[in-house]
Amino acid sequence: MNGYAGKILRVNLTTGTFTKEPTPADVARDFIGGRGFGIYFLLKEVPKGADPLGPENKLIISSGPISGMMIPGGGKCDWTTKAPLTGGYAGASMGGHFTAEMRYAGLDSIILEGISPKPVYLFIDNDRIELRDASGLWGKATFEVEKQFKEKLGEEYQIATIGPGGENMVSYACINHDYGRQAGRGGVGAVMGSKKVKAIVLHGTKSIPVADMQAYRKAGMALYKACKDAEGLKEWIRYGTTTVVDWCNQVGALPTRNFSAGSFEGAEGIYGKTMREKIVITDKGCFGCPSPCGKYSRSKKYNSYVEGPEYETIGLMGSNLGIDDIEVVAQANLLCDDLGIDTISAGNSIGWAMECYQKGIFTKKDTDGLDLKFGNVEAIFTLIGKIARKEGFGVLLGEGVKRASKKIGQGTEKFAIHVKGMEQSAYATHNATAMLLAYMTCDVGAHHNRSWAITYDLQVGRDLVVPEKVARVIWLQNFRPMFDVIGGCRLQWVELSIDRDLYVPALEAITGIHRSWEDLEKVGDRIWNMTRMFWARENDGFGREWDLPPARFYEDAPTTGATKGQITKLEDVNRLLDMYYEQRGWDSNGLPTLETIENLGLEAVVA
Amino acid sequence: MRLYVDSTKCSGCNACRVACSLNLFDENNPKKSALVIEPHFPSPGMYTVKVCTQCGDCAKVCPTEAIKQDEKGAYYVDFAECNLCEACVPECPEGVMFIRAELADTAWKCNLCGDCVNVCGTSALWIAEIETATA
Repeated sequence: MNGYAGKILRVNLTTGTFTKEPTPADVARDFIGGRGFGIYFLLKEVPKGADPLGPENKLIISSGPISGMMIPGGGKCDWTTKAPLTGGYAGASMGGHFTAEMRYAGLDSIILEGISPKPVYLFIDNDRIELRDASGLWGKATFEVEKQFKEKLGEEYQIATIGPGGENMVSYACINHDYGRQAGRGGVGAVMGSKKVKAIVLHGTKSIPVADMQAYRKAGMALYKACKDAEGLKEWIRYGTTTVVDWCNQVGALPTRNFSAGSFEGAEGIYGKTMREKIVITDKGCFGCPSPCGKYSRSKKYNSYVEGPEYETIGLMGSNLGIDDIEVVAQANLLCDDLGIDTISAGNSIGWAMECYQKGIFTKKDTDGLDLKFGNVEAIFTLIGKIARKEGFGVLLGEGVKRASKKIGQGTEKFAIHVKGMEQSAYATHNATAMLLAYMTCDVGAHHNRSWAITYDLQVGRDLVVPEKVARVIWLQNFRPMFDVIGGCRLQWVELSIDRDLYVPALEAITGIHRSWEDLEKVGDRIWNMTRMFWARENDGFGREWDLPPARFYEDAPTTGATKGQITKLEDVNRLLDMYYEQRGWDSNGLPTLETIENLGLEAVVA
Repeated sequence: MRLYVDSTKCSGCNACRVACSLNLFDENNPKKSALVIEPHFPSPGMYTVKVCTQCGDCAKVCPTEAIKQDEKGAYYVDFAECNLCEACVPECPEGVMFIRAELADTAWKCNLCGDCVNVCGTSALWIAEIETATA
């Protein structure tokens, strides 16, 4: 099948057996790949009520038709599962070179099923597939594991591995690859750990067939040319995602001390410019990327190397914890990556704990003696280790802020900054209604990348609560995740403003199927509705209440910074939801109506 | 003319290698490209890129004269005439003369097509006259 490697590999870990099946043509036509494949297999194959860490859950790893191709950004890999962090849908996107290698090994998806009786790693070299003993690797941190494999097998192999966080099934454990790329959110690493899979080790030497070779090469070159000609290329490569730190600080979107404010007095110490000058040693790109946002850094203070930090980590491990030193952020980043926990959820959880400590809800008796003041560097480093190893106070924080605050009570739920159990990423949304709605309705919980609408708030008026804003959020939610579906990266469109229509002939030449962006957005709409139905299927009473933001954003206006005194009223929050549900074709409780399901042709999928 | 590289600008994305394999073999397969990218991670955190300098040492030792020179002065492998004897591989001072019998029934090398330069977003690669270029 043109545009596809051709096979789906199923690994039954319980029995230690493999099956390869042809990538189904109808699934490829209707769901294309990546996140589309992920939610299709998840809904169909994981039974209702499955324990996220039990044998019935599956970890579905998918590439898309532009992965591994001569198309900018074709290095994105989707990891879909039922999330241990939230009990809902998780679709984590990982950059690097893994997804390209999957395709060169002839695989469009790898589906991990069951639970292995002992620690193993999955070894794939083209058609040679083995489960190998990983007892000697169990307990080891991710960098060491990757280094061992690379030294033994060579640089052509691509490695994805969990650290102690995943082995210990920390709710927000991540999967690491290429010394610094992660499938980060929702606890995909915990699912891999529950299955006793330490790593996946990949090598492939096959090609990927395309429908029209000449048209593909021409369309691919046109995309690269557009990226290289883009006005913002040089600046973007210099700073990557950290370019937004100072902007966020100026507009009050930089999470500060557990999102109690959006501007940080020490922000200059964590600006992208500061980082580039002080610690960046090279640019590090994902597969096929002409505009690498990855910055690889060396901290002299800690004598350590780390990929990043990215903006999200700077926000959560920096300003959100009262840290004004980029080297501290880099070191916290390294510890999280190496131990295998998500920097966003970890930083957010530590921020919540620090606020509890500040308010006297936690004392040193609760925190294993740690002085959890905002800005306490050593306490942060120690806590990261405790979370990943599930030691002492780290056990509670490793549950995520929703469960932790429910256990502690005493009003701490009000400053547990999450939606649907996923810790909010690094945009403070005190008075930014489109971004607030984006977080409220995001398909995995409070994550930014489906609908990065904060710039739109600033453009049209941040407090506006109007149908146009809601429409913008929905459009972004249908459109942006399509990059995850086709196996690529959205940042060439977002940051270099290249014409998205340039992807249309490329995708057609590769797959042989013409799809306009209108067609692709329809697929995006279907996928969005499927993830919503997965949440509803897995959680009794799922509905409107699950879409409410943290109370902080409608009750607790910042007392400092650019958003001082600014808040979105609860009635406006509800108006946003009313408009959102109406435009989505959902009922007043936020569930897709029968008519919507029929219009999207999803009757069979959700039956 | 030859291909030049500034390794300090390389981000390891491998776009050049896919473009190269498409040019040489009409395949999406960076293992069949004529550039080498060696990552050095986690430390010292850099890439080393190796490219053909068009020195012609490979052509001098080819017993079947399969390595020819085109009008630009670039040496290329005439796939039909290569007998996989491997004489060329050890002669290459840069390590960018390739034979992998499991992947192709011919040796291959850079033919100076320039596609790698066209996809490199960080301007790590360029083509220039051998005499006048500065690395």
